[in-house]
Amino acid sequence: MSTATTEEYTRKIGKRRMSPGRWFLSLGWKHIVGLAVSVYAIFPILYILSVAFSDNADINSGLFSSFTFANFEKLFAGDDPDRPFVQWIINTVWIASVSSIGSVFLSALAAYSFSRQRFRGRRSGLLTLILLQMFPSVLGLVAIYAILSELYKLFGDNSIGLNSPWGLILVYLGGSLGGGTYLMYGFFNTVPKEIDEAAKIDGATHTQIYFQIILRLVSPILAVQMLLSFIGISSDFILASIVMNKPDQFTLAVGLGLFIDQPYSKNWAMFCAGAVIAATPIVALFLGLQRYIVSGLTGGAVKG
Amino acid sequence: MARKTDDQEVAKENPIKTAAILRARRKMVDDGGTPSLRGTIVKIILLGLADAVALFVSLLLIAQHQWVYLTGVVVVTLILNWIYLRRGGLPAKYLAPGVLFLLCFSFSVVVYSGFIAFTNYGGQHNGSKQDAIDSVQLGAMVTDTNAPWMEVSILEDNNKKFYVLASDFMSEFEADGATAVPHYYLGGEDFKAATGWHEITGDELSKVTFSDSQITFKPDGTSYQAATGYEGFKTLTIDQVTELSAKFATLQVPVSDNIDADGWMALDAQAQGVQRTFYDSKYDAATDTFTRLSDGKLFPADNSIGFFIAEDGERLNDTGWQAFVGMKNFNTIFGNENLRAPLLKIFSWTVIFAVASVLSTFVLGLALALLFNDERIRGKKIYRAIMILPYAFPGFLSAYVWKGMFSFEYGFINYNILGFEPGKGIPWLAEEGAAKWAVLLCNLWLGFPYMFLITTGALQAIPAELTESAVIDGATPWQQLRLIKLPLLLVSLTPLLISSFAFNFNNFTIIYLITGGGPSGDPSLGVDVGGTDILISFVYKIAFSSSQGADYGLASAFSILIFFIVGGLSMIGFRRTRFLEEVAE
Repeated sequence: MSTATTEEYTRKIGKRRMSPGRWFLSLGWKHIVGLAVSVYAIFPILYILSVAFSDNADINSGLFSSFTFANFEKLFAGDDPDRPFVQWIINTVWIASVSSIGSVFLSALAAYSFSRQRFRGRRSGLLTLILLQMFPSVLGLVAIYAILSELYKLFGDNSIGLNSPWGLILVYLGGSLGGGTYLMYGFFNTVPKEIDEAAKIDGATHTQIYFQIILRLVSPILAVQMLLSFIGISSDFILASIVMNKPDQFTLAVGLGLFIDQPYSKNWAMFCAGAVIAATPIVALFLGLQRYIVSGLTGGAVKG
Repeated sequence: MARKTDDQEVAKENPIKTAAILRARRKMVDDGGTPSLRGTIVKIILLGLADAVALFVSLLLIAQHQWVYLTGVVVVTLILNWIYLRRGGLPAKYLAPGVLFLLCFSFSVVVYSGFIAFTNYGGQHNGSKQDAIDSVQLGAMVTDTNAPWMEVSILEDNNKKFYVLASDFMSEFEADGATAVPHYYLGGEDFKAATGWHEITGDELSKVTFSDSQITFKPDGTSYQAATGYEGFKTLTIDQVTELSAKFATLQVPVSDNIDADGWMALDAQAQGVQRTFYDSKYDAATDTFTRLSDGKLFPADNSIGFFIAEDGERLNDTGWQAFVGMKNFNTIFGNENLRAPLLKIFSWTVIFAVASVLSTFVLGLALALLFNDERIRGKKIYRAIMILPYAFPGFLSAYVWKGMFSFEYGFINYNILGFEPGKGIPWLAEEGAAKWAVLLCNLWLGFPYMFLITTGALQAIPAELTESAVIDGATPWQQLRLIKLPLLLVSLTPLLISSFAFNFNNFTIIYLITGGGPSGDPSLGVDVGGTDILISFVYKIAFSSSQGADYGLASAFSILIFFIVGGLSMIGFRRTRFLEEVAE
């Protein structure tokens, strides 16, 4: 008889107090492994926090050896015109908001159509979307750059091409149909068709059915989807770094690098303070939405 | 009645949804009246806004004579209006907005990448052929340094044509060798017009007005006055000249009706003086060739490489145009002997990086999931919250932070954790082997929570009866894992593992932000092949940060290949999944 079998029996018969030795053999070592992995998982984050609140970027005397808010005060004082941190926050929030709301709206429209309406090219349309999803935007960098620089030539500065937040938003919106439609198609399929039909019999128009009935039914999922897309877009580094090239247009993802990428003015403490501010809302959102994210993960939606 | 029964059935299945239906119905009744009126108004407003934007864009395009783009905008606008104004055709109404963005910024990106891969688009070839001709022609002008520099005033006639009125104090002197003999000239853009370039002499001088300020020549103090105006013409003020400086930079005032042979008067950068200028080379549209006038050498256009190039390989200058080069970029990738070894190295490291990332994260994630799939463990939620943190933390920040922790002298890992003296630790980012371990360690940290989450989910989906019956049959824990849990897990997880492989194959952010692809490789290659460069970071270097000048064509060719590699490997993987499913049944 193996130990595992005995354990199973013990569990089935009912909880009995174990001797410390037996407890260690069956459970205690798991706690030790769990603690070890937890340390691995958390020490870089403790490190950031420690540096962000330290008065000395090197923290050679160990974690949390000093505590000050000076780095945060400097960030928000905005006296460094080359690193307008507050402007970066504003840029990030509004670019990510517009893009995530827009992309959820666009993909929800398309997903509803795929779910409820039957038309020629429906199947191949869905397949094309899945195929496009397999072409990651990083592979299209050159083409995206070329298209945006053409728009820049046509419409000038501060419009919709390079160097413009709208250019970036358009690129994100362009990716939205490939990214979100298939997932939402699944959500819409879970809403019974009889609801549409009942409303139709009552004389509702198709827009009323869509906006007032179906969208309301799936609105929690849409909200979650929007937040997930917000997390993804505000963490995007590559596209943002290609499109924007003036410091006051940067998003947090691109801007924060300025604190540590420039050889003569590295400021590790300021970077960590900025990272704490940038990461806190995202981590909070993520932990809050854990349930949906985990169920989305197995459905194939991977955080980008 | 029938409807009511339906509702009751739905109510049995899902009371919340029924409530929503009833609420929605009540709202529809509350809204009252003709239901489509408000919808119609909203539709007209939205469509009007879209049309207004399209009109605005069209006007901008008309101003720039961009007829191709204009046609596109007009056609798209018409289609959109047709879709939304006609009755029926519902699918199009729901799909149009998304599809429009998809076509413009996603589909077009894929197609355009494919197109660029067959061109030489890049730093030296970034425009149309006409742009290149203009630019080469502009660069192929030489100022005759022996010709006198003449002070000018710029004049304008009633037809808004520009003329230059030049005063020459330099070319001729009186017998004393110091006193200049002034000459005055007038000429316009068109030589054949009444006032082509000519010297103003005799009676015509009476039409000229002269400046008040005197130009004084030593030693005798004799003074001369510059010409500033001419009867019937308007003299531009300094401000007007400054405003039009871009136009004057290319203004040509021919000195004869043969501009090729005799040259023209060109304004200097400040538009204060003119000097005789000649074409060094001249473009002939009929033969599509630049001819260098000094020695008659021909530089025909070579449309296969996008340069004007002589038979002996000499080029007029480095400005070329975007040309269709066929398979050249792919030949460079597969046929270039010098690149073969480094490319193979990058490719194999890319595969190793992707496989090692997936395997390490999966093994750690699976181990943790098995460990914590035990209801007797207390504090599971706390463990879970901590372990999920690396996944919740934005990836680009993690990469920066790990880069900082890996730094050599006082880095957190070398100094605080491993306890090395400053300057004696592991050169994490400077030495190739260590740098590879560094990116893998960081990627393990980033990725294991994901694997932990998905394996936990999959593990809980395995029916308890299966393990229980195995236990009764006397299977050891290892046998349970190997023979029952793992095969079942792989059925549901393989697609996710494949996606994870595809993601890491192109995991640009990690490589770029931690090591930048470095440490740098052999500089004699001409391209920087770094020790930790994966294909996509190498492509980025070719396209955006190459010392050799950007080569977008080559970069796109690589992108296309990567797409096929990843796509192909994924297809094989998914096929295999189906195989696993069959085995499981």
